[in-house]
Amino acid sequence: MRDYIYGYFGISVEGRRSSKPALLDRLQSISGLILALFIVGHIFFTSSILLGKDAMYAETKLFEGTAFLDKPQPIVVSFAVLIIFSIFILHAALAMRKFPVRYREYRVLYTHAATLSHLETKLWIVQALSGFLMFFLASVHLYLMLTIPDKIGPYASSDRIYSDRMWILYALLMIMVIVHAMVGLYRLYLKWGIASDPNPRRSRKVLKMVMITAILLLSVLGYSALATYMRIGYEHRESYGERYLPGNGIVKGDME
Amino acid sequence: MSEKEIGKGRTLTFEILKYTPSDPESKPHFATYRLEETPGMTLFIALNMIREEQDPDLSFDFVCRAGICGSCGMMVNGKPLLACRTLTKDYPKGVIRLMPMPAFELLKDLSVNTGRWMNGMSKRVESWIHRSKERDISVLEERVEPEIAERTFELDRCIECGICVASCATALMRHDFVGAVGLNRIARFYVDPHDERSDEDFYELIGDDNGIFGCMALMACEDHCPKKLPLQEKIAFMRRKMASIK
Repeated sequence: MRDYIYGYFGISVEGRRSSKPALLDRLQSISGLILALFIVGHIFFTSSILLGKDAMYAETKLFEGTAFLDKPQPIVVSFAVLIIFSIFILHAALAMRKFPVRYREYRVLYTHAATLSHLETKLWIVQALSGFLMFFLASVHLYLMLTIPDKIGPYASSDRIYSDRMWILYALLMIMVIVHAMVGLYRLYLKWGIASDPNPRRSRKVLKMVMITAILLLSVLGYSALATYMRIGYEHRESYGERYLPGNGIVKGDME
Repeated sequence: MSEKEIGKGRTLTFEILKYTPSDPESKPHFATYRLEETPGMTLFIALNMIREEQDPDLSFDFVCRAGICGSCGMMVNGKPLLACRTLTKDYPKGVIRLMPMPAFELLKDLSVNTGRWMNGMSKRVESWIHRSKERDISVLEERVEPEIAERTFELDRCIECGICVASCATALMRHDFVGAVGLNRIARFYVDPHDERSDEDFYELIGDDNGIFGCMALMACEDHCPKKLPLQEKIAFMRRKMASIK
């Protein structure tokens, strides 16, 4: 009965407001924080290919649980992806509440951002748009990683990116996820602040510069890695499906 | 000082929105006026000259001419500003487009009804001291430490010009959003020791997506506030307080 009363009238039987909006606001920020930090780590880890195939191979095996298992188990990756996918869906559901959903809302937002000459207002449109497009782009990537975690490796990933033409999706997804995550982290500071911050205005200026620098650095790193996977995939195109083994040779077939 | 330095002789072009929503015959359009710039010219001076010399029908609001009353907020080349504190010399191209502030009821041309909006906001956030005991006005108020009083006075500097609302994309999209002016008002009573309201009481006023959780931290309020109120800091402060409600 309590749910009926709150559902229809917006107040509890005690006549108070629900604390759910506070919970939803916290969850939106926490889920965004986790995803943004994950993305920073993800870009660094996938960029291990810049250090060579062996480095990327070793890291892949590490994520398949070699630190605590006798032999690599790709299901470990699936499990991690499932957690990230769940947080991603939760974040998308919560963030959607802030989107312009009606044409009038979209129109006034677009006009305002175009005329106000204000970076943070423009960046919010970028965040809303990139967030919307990531519903589709990131879901494809996450589904693949969830279902074929065994096909991650110097050759397997490069074949997927080059021969399976996933580079188109990754090239689009990369800039969106980097910008969305870094602007999101900056906005987290603006939303919540720091209680002991003696000069919030100065902190904002510093963090804005950090945000811009992080976008540039992560983009250089991410696209350099993507280009390297493309090169390896191109060189390996005649041996599509062949798996990489460090140092002493390669293994035929899909599984090491 | 040369003529160029004092700006004399430059012809300014004003494109001003003309529209009277209450008149069925009126259609919104931009009227163009040309005016010779004078030294130290503000938009207040320019608009008065246009009204006196070119268009007596032009409507706009001013009272104090000194950035105190908050009556003359308008969109100047897309940015919400107080017209009385805006100098024409800051527009090197000499073309100035004026529009009424969005988010408020448009009365005529550049005149908007910020009063009705602010009145609604004040009632909504219960913008008065809440005490359990009735105050005896024949005795002195309880003493307040100067630094605590200063914190209240700092936030009390708001002139309700509406610029924070007109600059806020959230407020333009969601007309129920309480706006930075409302959140600042809450923060003002929150720090005032005379007000006995608890966190839970304030949550009842702004604890939803039209209140503190509707703020997307776009910071246009902070960046356009003519009184330089610490909106970034205070809205984040209120968010921390309200989000911790269980």
